[in-house]
Amino acid sequence: MNPGQESRGAAIDLESITKAYGDFKALDGVSLRIEPGEFMTLLGPSGSGKTTTLNVVAGFTDVTSGKLLVGGKSVVGVPAHKRNIGVVFQHYALFPHMTVGRNVAYPLTLRGIDRATRQSRVARALDMVKMGDFAHRYPSELSGGQQQRVALARAIVFDPPLLLMDEPLGALDKKLREWLQLEIKRIHRELGTTFVYVTHDQEEALVLSDRIAVFNRGRIEQIGTGRQLYDEPATLFVGRFIGDSTVLRGEARSDATSTALRIAGETVTAPRRLAGEASPVMLLRPEKLAIGRPGQGVASGTNRLSGMIAEAIYLGSGSKYEVRLADGSTAIVRSPLTGESFGLGEQVELCFDGADAKLLADDSTADTTLT
Amino acid sequence: MSASEPTSQPAGGRPAGAWKPFALTLPALVLLAAVIGYPLLTIVLRSLSEPEWGVQNYAWFFGAPVNLTVLQRTFTISAWVTLVCIVSAYPYAYLMTAVGPRVRLVLVLCVLIPFWVSGVVRTLSWVILLQDSGVINSLLRSVGFSGVRLIRTQTGVVIGMAQVLLPFMILPLYSVMKGIDLRLMRAAESLGARPSRAFFTVYLPLSLPGVYAGAIIVFILALGFYITPALLGGPRSTMLSTLVQSQVLSLLQWGRGGAMGVVLLAATFLLLALAAPVMRSRHREAGRR
Repeated sequence: MNPGQESRGAAIDLESITKAYGDFKALDGVSLRIEPGEFMTLLGPSGSGKTTTLNVVAGFTDVTSGKLLVGGKSVVGVPAHKRNIGVVFQHYALFPHMTVGRNVAYPLTLRGIDRATRQSRVARALDMVKMGDFAHRYPSELSGGQQQRVALARAIVFDPPLLLMDEPLGALDKKLREWLQLEIKRIHRELGTTFVYVTHDQEEALVLSDRIAVFNRGRIEQIGTGRQLYDEPATLFVGRFIGDSTVLRGEARSDATSTALRIAGETVTAPRRLAGEASPVMLLRPEKLAIGRPGQGVASGTNRLSGMIAEAIYLGSGSKYEVRLADGSTAIVRSPLTGESFGLGEQVELCFDGADAKLLADDSTADTTLT
Repeated sequence: MSASEPTSQPAGGRPAGAWKPFALTLPALVLLAAVIGYPLLTIVLRSLSEPEWGVQNYAWFFGAPVNLTVLQRTFTISAWVTLVCIVSAYPYAYLMTAVGPRVRLVLVLCVLIPFWVSGVVRTLSWVILLQDSGVINSLLRSVGFSGVRLIRTQTGVVIGMAQVLLPFMILPLYSVMKGIDLRLMRAAESLGARPSRAFFTVYLPLSLPGVYAGAIIVFILALGFYITPALLGGPRSTMLSTLVQSQVLSLLQWGRGGAMGVVLLAATFLLLALAAPVMRSRHREAGRR
């Protein structure tokens, strides 16, 4: 694509969108602003409302209430075929009776674009996804990854200001998925179009996105960059969903400046307190926990918890341990290759700095929706 | 040769026991030879040998304009029946794919129950419906229209035959349609196709294999129809099978009857050969999930 004539992305505004099926609210007051040209990922477990949100934007699902603006214009009630939004589906949805070339030309034919222009734009779109040599093949002759690249070409060939992708890599194996993630990132950079990407895979979300909206039970729990969600989760659900985490629950006592949790006879403290009445839990990232043999006095941290190695996973770059704590819960620790190694069943001690513990309101449903 | 290499294909020869699957088809082949091959051969031989050896029966058939008219009419009526079946079966089969399993069962039964009733009985009920003082005409008159002549016309024959043959169109159509991925329609809409356009560019082409399969079955069955045209038709809607029947059973002209049968068979094959290139689907996979 020539610089200067890049198709600019459209901004999207969702304002308290609700979609109800009888008593069940698939979307419950979802508000989200997506900036022009942004790569926004809707992340959440299945049934959390992320795909429904995508379908609402695409025009496949009408809303019960709320406002939806694409490029500043309300599109509520506008049928899907008039929205000019590219959509890539998990199941590719290529037309099996058309060649790759005709599939990609389809949206251009519908728009009455003349043959010569059509051919050059189809070629350009196929080149962009590196499928230029496959124009005369049928979809059934392509692998899953190739089909999805063709589907991507078909969704961008008519220069939509907005591209929606519904778990496009969900059916592909890991290696191919990781490679296509980088391809999608490159295409996003080259096009400058707004991308909205739905996935349940938090790693994929972290790789791709400018910002991530975490969905849970029809609501958005938090919107932010990957780093913000990882370092400063707003809810226990977000903390658990993004990255590995250890959640410490116990009998809580708070004073003005600190919170103490008593967990099966041991006490840990954090120099903060939680606003409000909710019972606090501590969330710790694996790299904030230090692991050592009991009584060895691991350097970092003021808090100590004893436990037993329940699972030791060799990761190449280091090791990951699941440690069974005295109260039966599981802590996740990552230790570098240079550190000591521990065997299954070994007694260990975990240490952490109270300042590294995130204090969050307990939410028992966070566990059930995750599994 | 290492032990892990496939050993099912010994060098230079078919694997032993390759004939076994064919042996399983033997009973069916014997039956086909007995009930189709042998009678067909007899008909061809008789058409060339009765009353004496030669092509006099074929000369007679092509020499009498009435025979050619009836032959042409047989194909015309069959074509109309096929068309009526396509148009009425298409939405019905689509509905079958769109409803839930319970309603679908009802729809399937609606197709099959008439199918289980004898063709004679069904045709006679059409006589009651279509005749000049029948249900349809009394209804038309009661709302102020003049009656239409349906019985003993080609229209009547087409209506009756189409009803009898409808299941043969609905069932193949349904089996193809239920394999079409409806998510493709959603994809077409997202690319800018309004629903009607999406239907004609995506759904219809993917359903064509079913249309072709149903059309061939209906058309070929219609060519040989006897009872329905005999009961619902008049002299101006006689089909070839009626002529065959009168030649063989009334006039005992087995040779002429045989010649007519052979001509019908040859004409059918010719037509199918002409239609085959059109029907050969250009895509490898009919939109299956």
